[in-house]
Amino acid sequence: MFKKIFPNKILSLTNTKINILVALLIIIVTIGLVYSLLISPRDYIQGDSVRIMYVHVPSSFIALGCFGFIGVASICNLIFKIKLMSLLTKSLAPIGCIFSLISIVTGSFWGKPTWGVWWVWDARLTSMAILFLFYIAYILTWKFIDNFEKANKISSLIGIIGLFNLPVIKYSVDWWNTLHQSSSITLTSAPKIHFSMLVPLIIMFFGMIIYSLIIFLMKYKTEVMKFKLSKKKNYK
Amino acid sequence: MLSKKVKARIFFLALSIISAVIIIFAILKSLEENVVYFLSPTEIYNKANISFNKKIRVGGLVKMNSIKKNETSINFIITDLKKEIIVSYRGLVPNLFSEGKGVVAEGKLKDKKYFVADKILSKHDENYMPPEVNRALKKNNN
Repeated sequence: MFKKIFPNKILSLTNTKINILVALLIIIVTIGLVYSLLISPRDYIQGDSVRIMYVHVPSSFIALGCFGFIGVASICNLIFKIKLMSLLTKSLAPIGCIFSLISIVTGSFWGKPTWGVWWVWDARLTSMAILFLFYIAYILTWKFIDNFEKANKISSLIGIIGLFNLPVIKYSVDWWNTLHQSSSITLTSAPKIHFSMLVPLIIMFFGMIIYSLIIFLMKYKTEVMKFKLSKKKNYK
Repeated sequence: MLSKKVKARIFFLALSIISAVIIIFAILKSLEENVVYFLSPTEIYNKANISFNKKIRVGGLVKMNSIKKNETSINFIITDLKKEIIVSYRGLVPNLFSEGKGVVAEGKLKDKKYFVADKILSKHDENYMPPEVNRALKKNNN
């Protein structure tokens, strides 16, 4: 599987393989949605609005994870000048961007009935908005700078600068007083989410991971093809 | 092994990352007052020069049996289990506002013990559970 990531191998990714993943996605997301919207219980204070969490939490996680990868890959890219890295990060950015937007929007929908407001400028929400802006900046450098080398350098810098934002997002709720609650799931202690709510959350999480993987593989294949084409053109 | 050029790049990047971390830490530290969304009653009690004209936010738990409603206003006590502040508010409160739960009030201090709010937000904690589990937990505590 891992070897397939290399530019020449990804081209052998056929529609059948994608379709298998899509079938898996449909099964998992259907189970996840039925479980989280119908079977799982209401929360003791929030009532039904707890169900927003099943989309909100995995989206935030993927948004952070994608940028984490982009940041680390950007460092490798600047040091070792591996073209593969920029193609990988370029394909990951739209996924993270859309999931950070989903996270912010669903968070707003949850905030209105729970807190009483759509949006506040507390540390967690603000740093998440900044992450979204970093994604936009990252994508725009690739869109508007035609020179590959130049776009590669600038976008890598954006990726590295944005990397500093990630621990701020993650720990904002522990470092400062925020309106946003602190993490319910931590590595060190037992989850503060009841088991009947944790299971659908995990299923939804896997569903969204598979969705991201499908979009990533398709986008990456396109990027590799585009890159090879542009190389051919330059030689002529 | 790594070539000279690569080593130089690693050195340069490591240096800039370390300096960036220090700079960001310094910025966040100096902006701490703005980054913090609300103050706890203890923090207000300990603060030497607190402004009574500027809008601030106070957060904590609504003290048990402290909500008093009359026709025009609602009074309650915000506590962080060490210090307390009496809050007076006119207007609608969010659905989740209740005794023993988290709250953030926005408004102005009259003095260090009395706060006039013009906005109330309820804060949710990190615990999620079905109603039956909550009832069972309460039963066990009593």
